[in-house]
Amino acid sequence: MLIIAQNDRPKSNDAAERAAVPQPEHERRCATSSGIPVEPFYLPDERTTKHDAEKIGLPGEYPYTRGIYPRMYREKLWTMRQYAGFGTPEQTNRRLRYLWKQGQNGLSLAFDLPTQIGYDPDHPLARAEVGKVGVSVCSLLDMETLLRGIPLQKVSTSITINAPAPILLAMYIAAAEKRGISADELSGTIQNDILKEFIARGTAVFPPEPSMRLVTDTLEYCTRFVPRFKPISISGYHMREAGANAVQEVAFAFSNAIAYVNDAVSRGLAVDRFAPNLTFFFSAHSHFFEEIAKFRAARRLWARMMRERFRAQDPRSCQLRFHTQTAGSTLTAEQADNNIARVAIQALSAVLGGTQSLHTNAKDEAIGLPTEASARTALRIQQIIAFESGTADSADPLAGSYYIESLTDEIERRAMEYIGKIDAMGGAVQAAKDGYMQQEIRREAYAAQLAFERGERIIVGVNRYRCADDRKPAKLRIGADMAKAQAESVARLRLRRDSNETVAALAKLDEAARRNENIVPAIIAAVKSYATIGEMCDVLRGVFGEYASTEVRL
Amino acid sequence: MTAEPIRVLIAKPGLDGHDRGALIVAQGLKDAGMEVIYSGLRKTPGQIAEIAVREKVDCVGLSCLSGAHMELFPEVVQALRQKKAHDMIVIGGGIIPEDDIPHLREAGIAAVFLPGTTIETVASFIRDKVRPLAAGRRSG
Repeated sequence: MLIIAQNDRPKSNDAAERAAVPQPEHERRCATSSGIPVEPFYLPDERTTKHDAEKIGLPGEYPYTRGIYPRMYREKLWTMRQYAGFGTPEQTNRRLRYLWKQGQNGLSLAFDLPTQIGYDPDHPLARAEVGKVGVSVCSLLDMETLLRGIPLQKVSTSITINAPAPILLAMYIAAAEKRGISADELSGTIQNDILKEFIARGTAVFPPEPSMRLVTDTLEYCTRFVPRFKPISISGYHMREAGANAVQEVAFAFSNAIAYVNDAVSRGLAVDRFAPNLTFFFSAHSHFFEEIAKFRAARRLWARMMRERFRAQDPRSCQLRFHTQTAGSTLTAEQADNNIARVAIQALSAVLGGTQSLHTNAKDEAIGLPTEASARTALRIQQIIAFESGTADSADPLAGSYYIESLTDEIERRAMEYIGKIDAMGGAVQAAKDGYMQQEIRREAYAAQLAFERGERIIVGVNRYRCADDRKPAKLRIGADMAKAQAESVARLRLRRDSNETVAALAKLDEAARRNENIVPAIIAAVKSYATIGEMCDVLRGVFGEYASTEVRL
Repeated sequence: MTAEPIRVLIAKPGLDGHDRGALIVAQGLKDAGMEVIYSGLRKTPGQIAEIAVREKVDCVGLSCLSGAHMELFPEVVQALRQKKAHDMIVIGGGIIPEDDIPHLREAGIAAVFLPGTTIETVASFIRDKVRPLAAGRRSG
């Protein structure tokens, strides 16, 4: 545990200060993942109680600390949305239909790395990666196969794609149109958050400035023509997975959000026109109470920022909507069944924190891709919380807990400090280029590893309570034949399509990329001509240049 | 016996963007007294071999969490052999199913470290393997 100096105590909690007696030598010292000291017990804070209404308020009312809807899950449960995808579009289509039949009410598409980085499956860099961490989708044809039999008017689909986000969005729109479903009937979310790719997730393709342009082009296009689609999911999750603590997760995600909002506003979009469609994506990590407080603090911080900083008038602009995923980095390869308990605790914090949708990890994710059985158990965790635990019956049930309110205040205060620092550096784009967030995250990750190695951070089954033969083999394997099958499929497509039309569409895409205009219509036209993702990204790489991660000497 | 520090290249082959583990190991080995170079993301086996030879490292540590290790790790070993870098040891880590390890060992990967490994385990493995080699090479 961290050693906490007296003057690091939460300043907003005078009563807790009074309650804190000198700590006996033998007792453990406690702090959250962000280093917020945890008192032996909490008392009401006199200053807080006076401002309760303003700070905590009611569910569904500004500043939304207690949730964005007055009746929360009584009215509508969170969306159970399991991220899924592997292999060919046919294979993933079968998994999606299976999950749909098991009671999952939102889809979430995981793409393989070649798709995420804009290479066709027959590209030399793609060969070893096709179908491994997600489904391989390189053309409209693949997207049509992937979505076969799925009612696109009824389902909301989350599309995890960043650098080539406008291309995958265009494929989704075009696949729907071919089935007679128009763009304004589609609902879902596209991740489209490039800054965290530079900071933590590692799939940036283009340099920062053109990358930001693609983000805002997509946001602008959705705002005008695909109004039910959330054009961005600003993600703290991947930064947390890379090592950030809870405060950094919120602060860095919001700093990135500020950059996106500024960029959209500079295009002449009024903040209230697009802000109601902004969504966020957070992690549910291990420190149960800190996580609940983090979600509450994030909601209040966002509401205040939208109203005070961006002058939003529409209440929906101030409501923080977010997806949550349990923390993959907390899962262990040893005694993998233990992960079910970890995921259940993390998922419970997300529900107590008022999430709008949730992915629960499968127990075998530290070993490989989840099997059908482990994916089902992961979904069942959410269903047990929803239907058996009673947690969904009353909004923000932990409101008024001295501990939770104190942590909520402290996370908000510390996150605001970070946001101020990043503002002073010139904002998130500049700070990310300078490597500021990267450094902060690395330092936290390394400190966590050292604490684990010293035995101060206990991981059950790994540095305590080990037993023999506790690793299980991975069951689901993606064979090398996958790359061959997908490479052959794209080769056939190139022969079958009208190549004159494709060449012309790619030339128009090149022109649009060079001009100061929204690029999405040119991408939709290229997608409809069955241009591949590799061909389209090559055009964009030609115009924008390529982002390269560089070698460093430590 | 020379006091020259052990030189290590930590590299990310393929398209995988997860670098938390690679960066922790890189920092940890540096703190354990080694000279460490980190390749950055998205390197081909050929590029990794090139850096390794240019930097005259004693050990190459590969990290992959995308499931492409069975193809990419052996390709790095082959690329090093083509460059006649026979005495560099190659180790790997990431999300790697246990039943893949024998195959990787056969392909020339000296050790595979799974999640939960301590930095000290990796550091002492490298020291044990590299010291005799390095001593022989540098005196000869």
